[in-house]
Amino acid sequence: MFARRAAQRLLEIRQVFRQSPQASRSFSSALNFHLDTPDNNPNNQWKFSETNNQKVKEILSFYPTNYKQSAVIPLLDLAQQQHGGWLPVSAMNEVARIIEVAPIRVYEVATFYSMFNRSKVGKYHLLVCGTTPCMIRGSREIEEALLNHLGVKRNEVTKDGLFSVGEMECMGCCVNAPMITIADYSNGSEGYTYNYIEDVTPKRVVEIVEMLKRGEKPPPGTQNPNRFKCAPEGGHKTLLGEPKPPPCRDLDAC
Amino acid sequence: MGLGSLTSRAMIRRASTILNTTRSHNFSLVRSIVSTPELKNTASAAAEATPDPPLPPPRPPVNNARVHFPNPEDAIEVFVDGYSVKVPKGFTVLQACEVAGVDIPRFCYHSRLSIAGNCRMCLVEVEKSPKPVASCAMPALPGMKIKTDTPIAKKAREGVMEFLLMNHPLDCPICDQGGECDLQDQSMAFGSDRGRFTEMKRSVVDKNLGPLVKTVMTRCIQCTRCVRFASEVAGVEDLGILGRGSGEEIGTYVEQLMTSELSGNVIDICPVGALTSKPFAFKARNWELKGTESIDVTDAVGSNIRIDSRGPEVMRITPRLNEDVNEEWISDKTRFCYDGLKRQRLNDPMIRGSDGRFKAVSWRDALDVIAEVMHKVKPEEIVGVAGKLSDAESMMALKDFLNKMGSNNIWCEGNGGQPQADLRSGYLLNTGIADLETADVFLLIGTQPRVEAAMVNARIRKAVRSNHAKVGYIGPATDLNYDYEHLGTGPQTLQEIAEGTHSFFSAIKNAKNPAIVVGAGLFEREDKDAILSIVETIAKSANVIRPDWNGLNVLLLNAAQAASLDLGLVPESDKSIESAKFLYLMGADDVNMDKVPSDAFVVYQGHHGDQGVYRANVILPASAFSEKEGTYANTEGRAQQTVPAVPTVGDARDDWKIIRALSETAGVNLPYDSLIDVRERIRTVAPNLLSMDEREPATFSTLIKPEIKKEINPVPFKPSIENFYMTDSITRASKIMAQCSSQLLKK
Repeated sequence: MFARRAAQRLLEIRQVFRQSPQASRSFSSALNFHLDTPDNNPNNQWKFSETNNQKVKEILSFYPTNYKQSAVIPLLDLAQQQHGGWLPVSAMNEVARIIEVAPIRVYEVATFYSMFNRSKVGKYHLLVCGTTPCMIRGSREIEEALLNHLGVKRNEVTKDGLFSVGEMECMGCCVNAPMITIADYSNGSEGYTYNYIEDVTPKRVVEIVEMLKRGEKPPPGTQNPNRFKCAPEGGHKTLLGEPKPPPCRDLDAC
Repeated sequence: MGLGSLTSRAMIRRASTILNTTRSHNFSLVRSIVSTPELKNTASAAAEATPDPPLPPPRPPVNNARVHFPNPEDAIEVFVDGYSVKVPKGFTVLQACEVAGVDIPRFCYHSRLSIAGNCRMCLVEVEKSPKPVASCAMPALPGMKIKTDTPIAKKAREGVMEFLLMNHPLDCPICDQGGECDLQDQSMAFGSDRGRFTEMKRSVVDKNLGPLVKTVMTRCIQCTRCVRFASEVAGVEDLGILGRGSGEEIGTYVEQLMTSELSGNVIDICPVGALTSKPFAFKARNWELKGTESIDVTDAVGSNIRIDSRGPEVMRITPRLNEDVNEEWISDKTRFCYDGLKRQRLNDPMIRGSDGRFKAVSWRDALDVIAEVMHKVKPEEIVGVAGKLSDAESMMALKDFLNKMGSNNIWCEGNGGQPQADLRSGYLLNTGIADLETADVFLLIGTQPRVEAAMVNARIRKAVRSNHAKVGYIGPATDLNYDYEHLGTGPQTLQEIAEGTHSFFSAIKNAKNPAIVVGAGLFEREDKDAILSIVETIAKSANVIRPDWNGLNVLLLNAAQAASLDLGLVPESDKSIESAKFLYLMGADDVNMDKVPSDAFVVYQGHHGDQGVYRANVILPASAFSEKEGTYANTEGRAQQTVPAVPTVGDARDDWKIIRALSETAGVNLPYDSLIDVRERIRTVAPNLLSMDEREPATFSTLIKPEIKKEINPVPFKPSIENFYMTDSITRASKIMAQCSSQLLKK
């Protein structure tokens, strides 16, 4: 009895101190409040790198000087690329300092957008589209295959720090469903890529993961060899002739 | 907000419609969610309504609001529920409805904050608009036909209310807001009688905002009033809205306390029980409380407050609306000092025995002892000091009594040696607190308004926000919650400005409404006359004092200061305390007791066992501001009255009564036996103290004062208040204030 309660208590405590605690409804990878950890706390120093400082200047030049805060999203994105795919609180503070707003205004933006990760992700952050068309075409099997192959849960990072799997809402490419995105943070902000891998199958995603492990770049776009981009399998089937205008009412007759 | 009347109106209406329509709907088998029966069958309801019933007479505006037309040509006419109202251009639909006497339900809209328009509770129907419009964000347009009582508007409100209640916990019985909750009232008035949501409600982690504000974030409906208040009025950008969709929550993201001196106001503006008072938690229900409309005395602003009491206990303090003084905010010190009224109180008259311990005695014995000692010492060795919380009546009595005893050494603490009481304009905030909003350049000299008078600071911040006023500050490094230019730390900078060599001089000179604010902390300086004359030079050369604008201000520190100077509590010699043989402290705790000769006989009359008691030979218990009727003049010269809210503690008496009794024992009867008589006496000295609630501006400007040629001392200005939360005997006795100063003050 005592042992069971103790074990339960331990589980609760572990729940609190987990690296990426899972909120029941959070869309992004972290909670809506910050918990200090050794690699994510306001006392850590965080600076943009030398080359990124140039980019910061360029980004700021797009906006009038009295509307510097408009640069918050591009700057957060740049910071995320530089920091291996996620935003520690010190990086958000640095962005707030640059655009001269209170840090909470930056936190508001970073927590609003689900593509800003506020907890650690892998070097290759794999995002599986989970919206209806992809779901119908088997995105759940794809996610399952990925998670089983990597041996992690959703939003967890593999032990070697290479991979993490997340879910994303509609990527807007339903014609090539199901699909995943590979956000590649392995080479910092210079080598950052964000590629769609479309028409995947549970077998194919495992192959893609293995390719990434070997350091190869999987070809972006459709993975179905019989398709060219968004065209149907086996070539065009419609719109073969000259397109006809849509039928209209005869307005003169009315 | 008059929601009580709204509720009853809606309920009466609902009752009558149910009575009328029950028969026709007996056969409907479909259980509809819409609780107002006429909505089930809008077509038939419309058909019934065709023979127009005569319109009831127009309603008076909500809260007796008066409409001010800055430009008569800009008036537009709109129709609210068929009545035509004229409103100025730029009014919103909601404001137009208020003028027409229709109180629109709202959660996120607050007249003193920016418009968010995110709660959707204020939806009304506008003719020719395809869907209901959010009235708080929609500008009224000429000829607009607004309908607030139609089936569409009602259905919209009912729908919004259902969504709001979806994730709102049903914990009203254990919620501190219960009974004064906007959500509760409005769901009674406009909500449905059932909800369709059967899933789990969401829950949100509570945030720690410090010792004053308790959070139950699950109750939050994301109206963002607190976020807007914190960033717009309080000037601390701590709170924000985090996350999105149903995961949205209010918070600080990083663990951080709300370090504002106005943070308590979020309790009032929160329409639900998400932000409630931590010290008041689970102490009382609002309907058990007796409200007494009184005045705050913890600073010189004289904020209008309501003291809520239950039996003999002050349970909480809330603000009262006064546009000219505190609008509808009060500082945390005002709001939370009340627990100091229950601790360390003096109950009985006491005499210090030969063993150094106090012994409780009867009033008669205590007064006899004092009278005996007073007759033994020389008249010029009698000194009286009024404390910072003294009311005008007791100061008048003290002055009259000691004068009759032959002494003229009576002063009020905080005024320094040799105070200048000749010209009222020399110690008042001549611009007026409300008019500070219109200033466009501020020069703060040796004052940190944020800690000295938080409500005045809120006005300055308002001016900085709305007219982009420029603020120059001379004094020790400080944290004001707006941008300011730190010009210097001492009087030399002032001299540079006076000579015109400093760049800020041209800013003052070119300003339309410049305001110079001198801190009363300067009164303690030896060279105050020289400094004040430099300030007057600046005022003269920069044209700060004009017939239509008086921008030369002194910001006082204590509630008693203005009245004491009005009554002429000026000591004969500024070394009086060193030669005192008999010292009468009327609630004065900040007198430097080291200067008092060891053989002096000290009488302490007051309500708290504070610093003054340690040296006292006799203690006379008096009543605190919540227990007596007293007149206080605030820093702008507005006389206001406190009203007794609770009975006094133990054997305590009102200050003026004690002095009146003592005068009889001493054989120099004061000629007044009632408060009215004391006020008649005040009328002969300072009649302005009797024109209640009205600001009596100074008649003569300081510019008629002869210039004083004295050397200034280059010592930098000192901060006059070290700890915002503990400034007087009440706040020093308060546990809540002690918690605040240990947790919120930056070390």
